[in-house]
Amino acid sequence: MNSHNTWSNDRYQKVVEAVAALYVKALKDLPPDVRTALSHAVRRETAAVGRTVLGTIERNIDVADKEDLLICQDTGIPVYFVEVGEYSGVNPVHLEQAIREGTEQATATHPLRSSVVSPVTRKNNQTNSGYRVPVIHWEFVSGRDDVQIVMVPKGSGSENMTYFRMLLPADGVQGIKRFVVESVVGSGGNPCPPVIVGVGIGGSADLCMVLAKKAISRPCGSSNADPEVAGLEGELLQAINASGLGPMGLGGVNTALAVHVEHAATHISQNPVAVNIQCWAARRARLVIASDGSMVVGF
Amino acid sequence: MAEHHVNTPLTEEVVMAFRAGDVVTITGHIFGLRDATLIRMFDQGVEVPADLTGAVCLHTAPGVKVDGDQFIKVSIGTTTSTRMNRFTGGLLRKGVKAITGKGGLLEDSTRLLQEHHAVYLGLVGGTAASETMQIEAIEEVWWRDLMPECLWKFRVRDFGPLIVGIDAYGRNLYLETKAQAMEAMKQLHL
Ligand code: SF4
Repeated sequence: MNSHNTWSNDRYQKVVEAVAALYVKALKDLPPDVRTALSHAVRRETAAVGRTVLGTIERNIDVADKEDLLICQDTGIPVYFVEVGEYSGVNPVHLEQAIREGTEQATATHPLRSSVVSPVTRKNNQTNSGYRVPVIHWEFVSGRDDVQIVMVPKGSGSENMTYFRMLLPADGVQGIKRFVVESVVGSGGNPCPPVIVGVGIGGSADLCMVLAKKAISRPCGSSNADPEVAGLEGELLQAINASGLGPMGLGGVNTALAVHVEHAATHISQNPVAVNIQCWAARRARLVIASDGSMVVGF
Repeated sequence: MAEHHVNTPLTEEVVMAFRAGDVVTITGHIFGLRDATLIRMFDQGVEVPADLTGAVCLHTAPGVKVDGDQFIKVSIGTTTSTRMNRFTGGLLRKGVKAITGKGGLLEDSTRLLQEHHAVYLGLVGGTAASETMQIEAIEEVWWRDLMPECLWKFRVRDFGPLIVGIDAYGRNLYLETKAQAMEAMKQLHL
């Protein structure tokens, strides 16, 4: 490894193409972990309406595979999580530009519905990009020499069901549990259940919300490495599914496929909690760019 | 859970046979609209260029390919209906007999649907691939400046399954299920 393997212009151009393909792949090919979670849900479901809903979801995934169609019409707000290895040699300014161009290229050439507008004028410039969008979250990782980009086309039915509260330290973990469960059940059918519940705890208000979003981008059903946090994930999942809200909020035992919690240290007088919900169409795709420039697409 | 296969336009008799929880499929025509379309219709009072008597309205904003004057479907599915809750009365007064989307509508819409002998049919959110296949053609597109939030007319075959989420007798499955779920949560004493 050395720190002088600067990327060529040609490599950024290849990244543009790869990001365009990544966006389309995310919209069409549901990750295997989500497929598995959904087929478990089908087997578990006891409610008649719930079974109809889940059966329709499974058929839809098949149709999308066979006909090469988007799973859902909502192309989302494009969100990228980028991990930059210490020895990758990437210039983040150029990478950001390539991610934006790739997003716009996919939108124009597939073509994809542009779901992005100005918050003030509501004008849609038909590119799925705009001021400060795509949303890009950066992480810098020591010791690695690759770059990884996880693309999440975040649908709005679920994104609109986002919650945040500054709880008190005295509310404890109990307060966090109550807030999460009430948020999910109170969302009813709007976020297209069965959902993945992303929970951020700790940090500052802004970090807490990013953690909730990071949580929904984890493989469905993966556990937090910290056993206590993993325990909380399990408890929350059980409580949410005991509600009976069910698929599409029409009743059944599958309200959530998974609960993922991401945490950070926080202030002595704070207890922040954020909830970001991901629909059953929990779309994401990953591009790994190795130090030699080779690229692999997966989940 | 009865099943109904019906053709458009819908008559009062047809929708009065639907009960909450039944499953419906539709053949004929449906109109696509959403936030910006409804704002133009009802907040700006622009005359609706189509006859909505007995119509089925779908909350949607399709992805399409534009080829000259032709619109080719790319992905057509549905969106959250509760955002458009305040437009229910306006649509029903224009003769609409079924509103379809995902997530349901609220109490006031439930009453309006009952008064107008109309229903809300719930699609399974996120299943646009299937719905795109069930749409045979995009027949008309009005208000193209609102793209993709235009007023669309689709020809459909066996569109569904649609679950009767709110029937014409005042039953709202979404609100009933949510209330029960909230109650069940209280029992957990979290
Ligand atoms: S919430 Fe998700 S599955 Fe539902 S319509 Fe939106 S993007 Fe599609």
